[in-house]
Amino acid sequence: MIGFLIRRILQAAIVVLIVTVITFILLRSIPGNVAVAILGPSAYRNPAALAQFNSEYGFNKPWFSQYLLWLGHLLQGNLGFSWTLDQSVASLLGQRLPKTIILVGFSTIIALIIAIPIGLWQAVRRNRAVDYTFTGLSFLFYAAPTFFVGTVLILVFSVRLGWFGPEAPQGGVVNDLTDWRDLTLPVVTLALVTIALFSRYMRSAVLDNITEDYVRTARAKGASQRRVLWRHVMRNSLIPIATLLGLSIPGIFAGALITESVFNYPGMGYLFYQSAQKQDYPVMLGFVIVVAIATVVGSLLADIAYAVLDPRVRYA
Amino acid sequence: MTAAAGTPGAPPAPPQAAPGALPASKPRSMFVRGLEVFFENKLAIAGVVILVAIVIFCFIGPFFYHTDQIHVNLANEDLPPGPGNPLGTDANGYDILGRLMVAGQISLEVGLAAAILATVLGTLWGAIAGYFGGVTDAIMMRLVDALLAIPTLFLALVVVSIFPPTEGELIIVIALTSWLTTSRLIRGEALSLRVRDYVQAMRVMGGGSARAVFRHIAPNAIGTIIVNATFQVADAILLVVALSYLGLGIRPPQTDWGGMLNSGINSVYDGYWWQIFPAGIAIILVVIAINFIGDALRDAFEVRLQRR
Repeated sequence: MIGFLIRRILQAAIVVLIVTVITFILLRSIPGNVAVAILGPSAYRNPAALAQFNSEYGFNKPWFSQYLLWLGHLLQGNLGFSWTLDQSVASLLGQRLPKTIILVGFSTIIALIIAIPIGLWQAVRRNRAVDYTFTGLSFLFYAAPTFFVGTVLILVFSVRLGWFGPEAPQGGVVNDLTDWRDLTLPVVTLALVTIALFSRYMRSAVLDNITEDYVRTARAKGASQRRVLWRHVMRNSLIPIATLLGLSIPGIFAGALITESVFNYPGMGYLFYQSAQKQDYPVMLGFVIVVAIATVVGSLLADIAYAVLDPRVRYA
Repeated sequence: MTAAAGTPGAPPAPPQAAPGALPASKPRSMFVRGLEVFFENKLAIAGVVILVAIVIFCFIGPFFYHTDQIHVNLANEDLPPGPGNPLGTDANGYDILGRLMVAGQISLEVGLAAAILATVLGTLWGAIAGYFGGVTDAIMMRLVDALLAIPTLFLALVVVSIFPPTEGELIIVIALTSWLTTSRLIRGEALSLRVRDYVQAMRVMGGGSARAVFRHIAPNAIGTIIVNATFQVADAILLVVALSYLGLGIRPPQTDWGGMLNSGINSVYDGYWWQIFPAGIAIILVVIAINFIGDALRDAFEVRLQRR
C-alpha cells in the first residue's frame, strides 16, 4: 500500500509538472509583446527601455530558463498579475475560490443525497415506470446545456413565481449563507446536471452488485430486503461513486463556470469568463493551473479511496 | 445502459436468410448482426428518426423556407410568433425558424467533424501507446493525463481567446481538446489486443508495427471506437454551444444554436421567450437522440461480442 501511494503521488507530481509546461506554452503563444503591453505603445520609440525591461524580467533569456524562472515564481505562490484588475492572481484566487467552493460543495452534496437513493430505487424497480421516468429525466438534464437550465429556472422561479432571486449573492462567503434565497437557483442548476450523471452510475453500480453472491448469501441467512439493500448493496455500490466523485471534479468546475456566468455569481468561473472576454491571460492561466491541480489531487484521492474502501483491491 | 435493450426475455432471432435472398452459405458479418440488435432497440429507432428529421430540417429546410439571415432588419425586431414568422424574430430582426436551420447546420457540422477528427486522433494515439507499451506508453499517457486535468471548457476557452477561430479552426480546437478520453479507451483495448495470437502470428511473419496498429489493433477496437465517437458528437455539440453562449464561438453573421441562445438570453427577461426555447429544445433533442443511438450501439456491439 505504501509503495502504491508513493508511486501514485510521484505520478501525480509528474502530471502537474506537464500541466505547467502546457500552460507555459500557452502563455508564450499569446500574441503581442509583453514589454510593449506594459510600457505602452510609445516604448517602440525607445529600444533602450524595451531592452532594459526584457533583461529585468528575463524575457531575453532562452525559453527554458524563462520556464524555470516562471516555475520558481509559481512554487512561491506567485501565479502572475492581472493588469486589467490591477491585482495579483493569487489574491484574486483568495477572494473567488471560497465562493466557488461554496457553490460546488453545496450542489455536490445535494446531488449525492438525491442521486444515491434514486439510483438505488431505479435499480430495484428496473424496467418499471419509476426507472423509465428517472432515466428519461437524467437523459434530459444531461442533454440540456447548463445555461439553458439556469435561464429556464430563473424565468420560472424568479421572474414568474418570485420565490428566489435571479442573481447570486454578490458579497463574501458569509453573504452566501445569509442570502440563501439568492444562492438556491445557482446551486440547484449545478446540482441537476450532477444528479443526472451520478444517478446513472449509481443505478448501474447497484445492478452490478445485486446479482453478486454475497447478496444471495445475505438473503439466504434471512436478512430483510431493507437490510440487504441498505447495508450490503448500497455500501458496495458507493465504491464506484467515490471514484466518480474524484474524477468528476473537472466536469463540475466547467459546470460551475457556466452556472456562475448565468447568475453573475462572483466566483472563480465567472472571473475566468470575464478574463476570457478581456483577454486577461495571467488570470486564465493561473486558474487553469489551480483547477488542474484540484483535478489531479481529486483523482489521486479517488484512487486511494478506492483502495481503502474495497479490501479486494490490492496494489502490488 | 438504456433499460430496454431489445425485447427483454425474447430469444435472439436465429440468423436466417430473408426469402428471395442469396443462399445463406456465407455467414453474415458481425457488423450486420450488430445492426440487427441495434434496430431491435426502440429508443435507438427513436434516436435515428429524431436525428434524421433534424438533419433534413436544417439542411433541406432552407430550400423551401427562404429567409434573410445576413442583413439586420431592425423594423422586424422582437416580433412574437405569428403569420410570416412562425417562431417570431430576434433582436436583429432575423426570422427564428430560418435561423434555427442555418444555426443547426453549423452546430451539426462542427459537432460531427470535431468528433471524427478527435476520434481519429485519439484512436491513433491510444493504439500506438498501447501497442508499444513501456516508456513510449508512459510518456504518451502522462501527456494525456495532464491535458485531462484541465477541464475541456477551460482549455478550449483559453485557446479560442488566444486564437479567435473560424468555423474550420473551431473544429480543430474542439477536436484537439476532446480526443483524450478516446485515447485512454483505445489504449486499454490495444493493451489486450497486442498479445492476441493473430497479432503475434503477424509479427512472427515479419509484419511491421504500422501494420499491427492500422490493420489489426484499430479495426478490432472498432466497436469501442464507434460507440465513443457517437458520444463525442454529442459532447462536441454541447461544447460549441457553451463556447458560443460565452461569446467565443462562431462569429456573426454566422451563428450556431449556442449563439442563438446567447443573443436570446439578453432579451428573454423582457418576455421574449421565443428567442431561447426553439434553440434550447433543438439542442436537447439532438443530444438526447445521439445518446440514445450511442447507448444502443454499445448494447449492439456488446451483444455482437458475446455471440462471437
